[in-house]
Amino acid sequence: MRDLRTRPQGGSTSSYLKRYWTLYLMLALPLAFIIVFRYFPMAYIISAFKVNNILQPPWHLPWARNNGFEWFIKAFNNRDFLYALRNTLTLNLLDLLVGFPAPILLALILNELTFKRFKRITQTVVYLPHFLSWIIISGLALRLLAFHDGLLNILLRQLGLQAIPFLNQPSYWVASYVGLGIWKEAGWNTIIYLAAITAINPELYEAAAADGASRLRRMWHVTLPGLRPTIIVLLIMSLGRILGSEFDRPYALSNRLVTSVSNVISIFVYEYGIRGMQFSLSNAVGLFQSVIGLFFLLGANTLARRYGERGLW
Amino acid sequence: MIKSRAAKTTDLLIAAFCLLLIFISLVPILNVLARSLSSSEALIRNEVLLWPKGWNLDAYRTVLQDSKYTWSLTWTAMLTLICTLLSMTITILCAFPLIYDQLKGRKLINSMIVLTMYFSAGTIPNYLLLKSLNMLDRPIVLIVPNMLSIFNMIILRSFFYGIPESLRESAEIDGAGPIRTLLRIYLPLSTSVLATLALFYAVGRWNGFSDALMYMSKNRHYYPIQLLLYQILQSTTQIEVATQEGFFPPGISETLKMATVMFATVPIILVYPWLQRYFISGVTIGAIKG
Repeated sequence: MRDLRTRPQGGSTSSYLKRYWTLYLMLALPLAFIIVFRYFPMAYIISAFKVNNILQPPWHLPWARNNGFEWFIKAFNNRDFLYALRNTLTLNLLDLLVGFPAPILLALILNELTFKRFKRITQTVVYLPHFLSWIIISGLALRLLAFHDGLLNILLRQLGLQAIPFLNQPSYWVASYVGLGIWKEAGWNTIIYLAAITAINPELYEAAAADGASRLRRMWHVTLPGLRPTIIVLLIMSLGRILGSEFDRPYALSNRLVTSVSNVISIFVYEYGIRGMQFSLSNAVGLFQSVIGLFFLLGANTLARRYGERGLW
Repeated sequence: MIKSRAAKTTDLLIAAFCLLLIFISLVPILNVLARSLSSSEALIRNEVLLWPKGWNLDAYRTVLQDSKYTWSLTWTAMLTLICTLLSMTITILCAFPLIYDQLKGRKLINSMIVLTMYFSAGTIPNYLLLKSLNMLDRPIVLIVPNMLSIFNMIILRSFFYGIPESLRESAEIDGAGPIRTLLRIYLPLSTSVLATLALFYAVGRWNGFSDALMYMSKNRHYYPIQLLLYQILQSTTQIEVATQEGFFPPGISETLKMATVMFATVPIILVYPWLQRYFISGVTIGAIKG
């Protein structure tokens, strides 16, 4: 694919080059980076189909058994992997179910806030958690949620209630995981919705107000429909990432009492691959995840386009 | 417009709700801050909620006197500075040429770049590449492999597209080459988005953890602050692990841990509000056009 459009002033190739060679010079460094650090690794994908060897590069190695698919078969017979797959899907689905609507609600409420200065302060504060790392948040969360000396449990006990093992029991841990995700990102994710709200025609609100629509009705009949395209695109895009797995978040929040629900695919790959040196197996798992993820992403993108919205690309 | 009583009540209710939001966003941080300033005895008696008891700065003094912490903080700060400068340079170098319609091969380059957003080789292939490049356990592995974020590059490119082409053309008629056009026209007009991207890169590096964990595990001297912090935090919940790795004595004091969390948090809290007015526009561009 070559761009054949040339400008009238472009002239011959040599004058074109004379004029624009610096552009290619600028691109040299970024392109070299992309080729070396984004494309070269793809050559190592082949190790998923080769025997495992931690010393030699994969292309010199013989093919794995079962026509090279040995590691894929092993992965699907591996309990840890099956758990990781289940946990990845469960945590992502819960994030979608609970975490996705949160910023929409928040944006609707922030939008109704009439005190401008106070609105700004609120925004500054609720965006802040987005900038904290999951390691920091795991430190904060431990102090907040710990069974014996966490802030919430101290309060619960003072109220004469039972303490809750927020981080030490699988089902509570999952709730904490989702909750902390909302705490970190819900505020930040309002930015895009708030921007979409400012694009809504103010006459619609005036007309609705003239018709006697209450605030809640205006929210429901004007603001929410105005947000619809944004919501649909973001929803489809997050469906496209349903098999993706973060690493920092489950890794930092996890502890050995909850590994049955906290081990996701990225953690499986790290522990089996980088720590356990089982490159072929974990590479097969990673490849499975990338390929399925790619299909989800492409499907989601097509779907977004079909809805008449611009896809992500 | 004169508001009815009911409308005013709703306003106040919404304001109250926002106060609650502010409170929820800050409570975990205030709690840790209070603990870091309290005495160990008060902590053991579970007396500290949001206000320090037995007020003292010992934990902070200990952290600042321990070269392990001060070096890790200094190193991470240096690393953040280097990475941000490098990343910004390479991002600009990538985004700017791609806005030229007449650049031959532009479509090919564009699709080559976008493809990496759809599909990445994965953790193990990246690891194997870095291993064969002999970069593992060297500080450079924290700088180079994630130097360019395609996402950020696309944000910048969209912003550049928004600058009227006529400006570029008139500069060219005046005899300015691409470099001069970039330096004299495009960069000065893009300060807000440049500030946003610099913030993203800086926060990303300051908060970066998994690359250090995966690629730098054997080189303790160059552990960035997040990895050090992770180990310190793990030493309560999983004491065995920490002692096994011979890095931290078990029973590291609680207030000390809290002070370390604060040291990792404070730089972000200090920097980010000043850049807020810039990044709103940057994020919106990225979300809509990205």
